[in-house]
Amino acid sequence: MKSKIPEGPLSEKWSTYKAKAKLVNPANRKKLTIIVVGTGLAGASCAASLAEQGYNIKSFCFQDSPRRAHSVAAQGGVNAAKNYKNDGDSTFRMFYDTIKGGDFRSREANVYRLAECSAHLIDHAVAQGVPFAREYAGYLNNRSFGGVQVSRTFYARGQTGQQLLLGAYQALERQVALGKVALYTRHEMLELVVIDGKAKGIIARNLETGKLERHVADAVVLASGGYGKVYYLSTLAMGCNSSAVWRAHKKGAYMAGVSWIQFHPTSLPQHGENQSKLTLMSESLRNDGRIWVPKRANDERTANSIPEEERDYYLERRYPSFGNLAPRDISSRAAKERIDAGHGVGPMKNAIYLDFSDAIKAQGKDKIEAKYSNLFTMYEKITGINAYKEPMLISPSAHFTMGGLWVDYELMTTIPGLFALGEANFADHGANRLGANSLLQACVDGYFIAPYTIPNYLAGELNATKFDISHPAFEEAENTVRRQLDRFLHTNGTLSADYFHKKIGRLLYEKCGLSRNRKNLEEAIIEIKELKASFEKDLRITGDNTLNSELEKAGRIADYIELAELMCYDALQREESCGAHFREEYQTTDGEAVRNDEEFCYVSAWEWKGQNKEPELHKEPLVFEAVELAVRSYK
Amino acid sequence: MKLYLKIWRQFDTSSKGEMTDYEIDGVSEHMSFLEMLDLLNENLIQQGERVIEFDHDCREGICGQCGVMINGRAHGPLRNTTTCQLHMRSFKDGDTIYIEPFRAKAFPVLRDLKIDRKAFDTIIASGGFIGASTGQAPEANSIPISYETAEEAFDAAACIGCGACVASCKNASAALFVGAKITHLALLPQGKVEAPKRALNMVKQMDLQGFGNCSDTRACEIECPQGISVLSIARMNLEYMKALTFRK
Repeated sequence: MKSKIPEGPLSEKWSTYKAKAKLVNPANRKKLTIIVVGTGLAGASCAASLAEQGYNIKSFCFQDSPRRAHSVAAQGGVNAAKNYKNDGDSTFRMFYDTIKGGDFRSREANVYRLAECSAHLIDHAVAQGVPFAREYAGYLNNRSFGGVQVSRTFYARGQTGQQLLLGAYQALERQVALGKVALYTRHEMLELVVIDGKAKGIIARNLETGKLERHVADAVVLASGGYGKVYYLSTLAMGCNSSAVWRAHKKGAYMAGVSWIQFHPTSLPQHGENQSKLTLMSESLRNDGRIWVPKRANDERTANSIPEEERDYYLERRYPSFGNLAPRDISSRAAKERIDAGHGVGPMKNAIYLDFSDAIKAQGKDKIEAKYSNLFTMYEKITGINAYKEPMLISPSAHFTMGGLWVDYELMTTIPGLFALGEANFADHGANRLGANSLLQACVDGYFIAPYTIPNYLAGELNATKFDISHPAFEEAENTVRRQLDRFLHTNGTLSADYFHKKIGRLLYEKCGLSRNRKNLEEAIIEIKELKASFEKDLRITGDNTLNSELEKAGRIADYIELAELMCYDALQREESCGAHFREEYQTTDGEAVRNDEEFCYVSAWEWKGQNKEPELHKEPLVFEAVELAVRSYK
Repeated sequence: MKLYLKIWRQFDTSSKGEMTDYEIDGVSEHMSFLEMLDLLNENLIQQGERVIEFDHDCREGICGQCGVMINGRAHGPLRNTTTCQLHMRSFKDGDTIYIEPFRAKAFPVLRDLKIDRKAFDTIIASGGFIGASTGQAPEANSIPISYETAEEAFDAAACIGCGACVASCKNASAALFVGAKITHLALLPQGKVEAPKRALNMVKQMDLQGFGNCSDTRACEIECPQGISVLSIARMNLEYMKALTFRK
């Protein structure tokens, strides 16, 4: 496990790498094929950029069109150190904010590169036609986001992710028309094919017909997103899953920071048992909304009838310098603390207030409407409540996975030839991601990093043995998939796939969610094993092995159950609190996280050892040269 | 509440489909329309029956994957709302609800309520992009774009590609979808270079995919969840005529 960080000063590492990376002659590029799984921002941008260079790309997504990938749902914005506001921003400042935001649990070199590439991403997106917000003079506008004190977030109303994704999708479709990308929509990767220790292909299931297909390539890229949907109730799309990542893990790719899950502080609260997802309200709302709960526990009065002096603006109270813009992990945990203490509001007492009345008084309703009208409309559609008149009810919800496949500086996993991009890897956000850094990382990985690092790998593959789909490794991988699908169809139990998904989600939320402790985690590991046993005998899948959404769910849930167990091992082993990982045993008397740099300043990378065996931990030490490890304070 | 559902069941593209009756009880007004279908499917699984296949993903109104005809209207009774954002408080106890797939020659039914919308991707591939390869972009602020232009481009760019416009059109025309993309890109200085070629290619591809012509009934605008204006169809015609007239 080598991180392959280039030598030299931090600010020169990436240019040094690019200057020295191996190249592939244009005539040879068309002899090489790359599989890209996922068509979100990371996958589509990587596939399009490599196709532009002349490689042959096979692009896969489970949705009916690449444009549906869940990057589409990101609302707030994308960060870039342009310093257009002349407010003191710089590459180093952005690097530092991201490292600190991640609670000093990410690699300096990766994070610096992310900040370094950020400015050019805005240039590229504008060239593609992304309609970012503008000032009246025609220049690009920005806003500020949680965890930082400058304005570096570029946005397209509340649909920044959609607009960036359409840019990447259109670039991808352009390459489809040019014959450089073969698109496989409604296809799901169900197995990685490894030959002589290198990633050489995948088994994909055509979700329209149910047929299993073998696809061979010279390199495989997983850009399949995050696995927050393991909690069932989350801000993710219904189809988001961990299967590509998890099946690669079982073929030898290590998983890192597995239990580091960001709970977004501003989603809509749960309202009932049949609910399928929690809708996100953009964090940008915290620029103008004030968060509070009643000072008195179990206060039954309506929000507007609680006088000012009986309201507890707990973020402003606890974190006066960042206030309502405290980072996500801190805001979410503070909300849970108040809710657990009996100050929760709403019908299920599981929410807090996000109040715009002061902002409306100060700026006028028009200004607030111009900034957030789509969010207020969406809120009213879902809840039936007019948030111009009474505060929004919000609560924390599982959102983003900082963890994922372990990758080196080149974004390559521990399996040579297998790369992981975007949310599917663990790389840049440490133990907590800052708002508007997710779109950025996905884009930077796909547009600017993989197009250098993948050719650097492929240069060494030109003269390697070529395999085809008749190789026994394909046969074996296909058989593994086929056996599992048959088992699901013939279990003949009584419980649906959703039943198990809700079970594992609830269990994780309670025992490996916003806060964790040893006792709960140890119990969770036992309960997950029991759930797994029940899944194997009690599952009921109706229909057959053709188009069958229940059969698709079964595979994803089988993977979630195994992943959940690893998440608990990861959370149990890390006896410190850092970022989103809050171990109740390690906190100050006033409830702040206590990190342990002496013993835990490393990345935890886990190796799969087989069914019913404990995973094996590998440690990648984190070395800080440019920044000093500091207590992460937003007070 | 208790509801009576009449749902389109069709095994595959070549089979004949039919409306099938279902009853569902215990529906709460806070449930989304798709959560109501989830509950129905849960009941079907308990009875050992094949579930009703329907498309959906983000369930927050932005991915464009969901979409069915509800009582004859694309995405149901509310304006500017996708199927996933429709909640059961729009219905009342004892209602009968007709649920059918979006129908168009260019959108074959795959199974039940699932349709194939690849035709939209093919139209985008024919010219719905700005051909800026990675690495070519100049500094973002080097070309100012007026606030109004950026906002107008955004209004068109907001299209989610769901196909409600096609399903609502008596001619199954994709003019609103195509017009929205042509408008988004033609308004921006970066998109002007390729505008003539884009308009010619996309309109040609739209016809090749089997979509009908626009006869200006404006049903598309009424049913569009993003409220895309029919003015984008006017702009498509403008760009197309300009391109045709000055073609070299």
